[in-house]
Amino acid sequence: MHITLSINGKDHELDLDPRTSVLDALRDHLDLIGTKKGCDHGQCGACTVLVNGRRINSCLTLAVMHEGDAITTIEGLGTPEALSPLQAAFVAHDGFQCGYCTPGQICSATGMLEEMRAGWPSHVSEDLLAAPDLSDAEISERMSGNLCRCSAYTNIVAAITEVAEARDEAV
Amino acid sequence: MDVSLKMDEPVAESLLDTTNQNIVSQPVDRVEGPLKVSGTARYSAEYKFPGLLHGVLVSAPMGKGRILKIDAGSIEKLPGIVTVITDYDTFLRNPAQGQDEEAPEQGVRDVSYFGQPVALVVGESFEAARHGAQRIALDMRPDEGRFDFAARKHMAEPKKRSRKAQGDLDAALAAAHATIDAIWTTPSQTSAAMEPHAGIAVWEDNKLTLYGSYQMLASDRLQLADALGLKPEQVRIVARYVGGGFGGKLGISAESVAAAVAAMRLNRPVRVVMTRQQVTEATVRRSNTEQRIRLGADAEGRLTAVAHETITANLDRSSFSEPASASTQFLYGGQARLFLNSIVRMDQLLSASMRAPGEAVGMLALECAMDELAETLGMDPVALRLRNIPARHPMDGLPFSSRSLAECLEIGARDFGWSDRDPRPAQRREGDWWIGVGMAAAARSNMLIKSSARVMLAPDGTAVVETDLTDIGTGSYTILAQITAELLGLPVSSVEVRLGDTDFPPSSGSGGSFGAASAGSSVYLACESLRQEIAEKLGIAPKDLVLTEGMARHGNVSRPLHEILSGPLTAIGTIEPGEMEEKFVQAGFGAHFCEVGVNAHSGEVRVRRMESTFAAGRILNEKTATSQCLGGMVFGIGAALTEDLMHDPRNGAIVNHDLAEYHVPVNADIPALKVRFLEERDEKANPLFAKGIGELGISGAGAAVANAIYNACGVRVRDYPITLDKLIEKLPPA
Ligand code: FES
Ligand code: FES
Repeated sequence: MHITLSINGKDHELDLDPRTSVLDALRDHLDLIGTKKGCDHGQCGACTVLVNGRRINSCLTLAVMHEGDAITTIEGLGTPEALSPLQAAFVAHDGFQCGYCTPGQICSATGMLEEMRAGWPSHVSEDLLAAPDLSDAEISERMSGNLCRCSAYTNIVAAITEVAEARDEAV
Repeated sequence: MDVSLKMDEPVAESLLDTTNQNIVSQPVDRVEGPLKVSGTARYSAEYKFPGLLHGVLVSAPMGKGRILKIDAGSIEKLPGIVTVITDYDTFLRNPAQGQDEEAPEQGVRDVSYFGQPVALVVGESFEAARHGAQRIALDMRPDEGRFDFAARKHMAEPKKRSRKAQGDLDAALAAAHATIDAIWTTPSQTSAAMEPHAGIAVWEDNKLTLYGSYQMLASDRLQLADALGLKPEQVRIVARYVGGGFGGKLGISAESVAAAVAAMRLNRPVRVVMTRQQVTEATVRRSNTEQRIRLGADAEGRLTAVAHETITANLDRSSFSEPASASTQFLYGGQARLFLNSIVRMDQLLSASMRAPGEAVGMLALECAMDELAETLGMDPVALRLRNIPARHPMDGLPFSSRSLAECLEIGARDFGWSDRDPRPAQRREGDWWIGVGMAAAARSNMLIKSSARVMLAPDGTAVVETDLTDIGTGSYTILAQITAELLGLPVSSVEVRLGDTDFPPSSGSGGSFGAASAGSSVYLACESLRQEIAEKLGIAPKDLVLTEGMARHGNVSRPLHEILSGPLTAIGTIEPGEMEEKFVQAGFGAHFCEVGVNAHSGEVRVRRMESTFAAGRILNEKTATSQCLGGMVFGIGAALTEDLMHDPRNGAIVNHDLAEYHVPVNADIPALKVRFLEERDEKANPLFAKGIGELGISGAGAAVANAIYNACGVRVRDYPITLDKLIEKLPPA
């Protein structure tokens, strides 16, 4: 099928098998290899991308369903020379080891901080209506859809906290 | 120049203590970090080739039997199918064990375990190949399988040379003031690296290049060449980034051989990536174990008897048996001793090494037995351990190369606030939660493996390091850059480290926690040789040479490298193990302290706090070493609480073959863990004075959790993982 996908602000024309997931379209057809495949079943979060600002598992959705959507991948957040604040914080806090879950963690954290800013509660929020606080428990809970077998969790939370606090101060 | 060192003698002085560049040991950020966080680091499945074909493995749908027919015709007409590759003789029955120099057992007509890969469907696209692999008609004759461990364990056969005995165990136990005699069981576990096993095979000019996801390329290359009937020179393996290993990628597995067979037949590059389910069913597992531990102690808590017997499982003709007593053999004293491993033959996927093979599950038993013994004796568990640190190896009498176990226990206890603990269980309550604390020692053997590296120093003050070591998340890129920068007086950013390619000098590979020390020592030796060459050019003694900021200094004279070097200097360093490992017991040590909450109604366990203190010689990079330990500790928490690879005893299928059902810890399971390193140097280990760190963190970690659970709620569970169903009926009245 012929489709146009908008990825990181750029339109890409693609001829795809209708069975192609967003994940495989990115990795196999556009050489956007930053989005990783850990399970292909929505169980690990390695494939997390942002669609219209919301984080999703790109292995669980077909490319043909996303014409007209704005897809953001890890490559759209920053480059090695110009890292986004979260990318830089992950490096500084060693929020990864093998790096395979990392793009998904960072895309997920990017979307998650927006969700918190918008006041979405989580399973560990005491008050569903109050603005969520930036506790370790809130961040851990909201990041639990992203597995890290290297188990950098402690450092991932530290990296996200640093960025979130800096941003709150700036507001 | 080629230089080599065999560790037959202690190294008198390490250059790392005299060069004063203040780079080694520092918490330097990972040098490849910006590539990983921006998604530009390329892992093995991500290389692009014109005409690339996609292969999907076909898994056997039964646990035992014989393939009668795989009917390619049944899918040939589907769009995009190129062919079905069957090669009953060449495909691997099971993966290779790490460091093997030959192919593992080959041949797949007879199916030895559920999910064994038996064919490869090749398509023009991944979607086509996947559809074909799901649809293909496969005729198989089922045979009676051996799937029920509990029913078969009485048939366990002793593993050759695993029995070690000293003294009269029965008499020592009979005479002991206090004894423990109990059985601990641990389930099968899976490494579950986040990157599935993946390979792209390219066959060109009679040479195979495999972009693979493996840990030990030098031996993987020999295995792959042997499996395919090629000469090692015809095979190159590239693995620049590996998305985790944890033992699961030590030896070659089905995907690389299948991809290679297909590429050689079709003369096109072929990519094969295992599905997550295939990784779980058809790579390797840590065997389930049943461990009987017997301890005897006198009234002062001095051990007089130590026995640790282990039953494991494996496929026919596979001799690996999880060496659960590995650290029990040297951690504590006690004259009468017995160690033995036995193997039950099962038709289940290969048992092989997973992070800290031996200690990871052995210490789940030993360190809980010690906790029980302390309680029986009315002693503090820390004091019991301190009392039993042996002067020398309790059996062969060898001294320890370095050992800061007592310091780890004491400092760890102090920082954790251990003295506040109430030794009586079920005393502390916060709301719905019983709160308790527990501790365990950590110990993991240290090894050195032959390893080579090439270092090139250019006149412009840049250096390139090449070795076939992999960085599986361990920090190899970074520590090798640090060692080179330190010894050659360069900024870390002027050192380029090239890894993961068998075209480079062969290394130890990543495994057994020996990668950093082995490959790091080879880089050290190459740099030492380069320093000597520079000193010679200057006509001075090497010890008078100071290299710093791209300049060579001696006395008051300082000259830039480009004035001294007319061209690049190159040296290859090789380190080899020697008599030091026969004359000394070498191991890293530590102590874990943990606080848990156990829900008084449901039995749910939450780790609230965990602090671990380690000593493993020189720490080469505090940041990456800390991460290694954090990772190990989380593996330990997983082993204690959630990880349980379940085999269906009726048909051998793995019940929970994916990440939804096999529960690795998630972020919300892990509090802010703390790691502390104690200063130590080990001049018997290698010229870096460093010991392995990658597996020390897991060793004992889960036992600290289990002991904390007992302290919290008074329930001892000896059957891991400690899930709420095993606690709920025995909880004290809520
Ligand atoms: S690959 Fe999509 S969630 Fe795992
Ligand atoms: S960094 Fe390896 S899985 Fe997260």
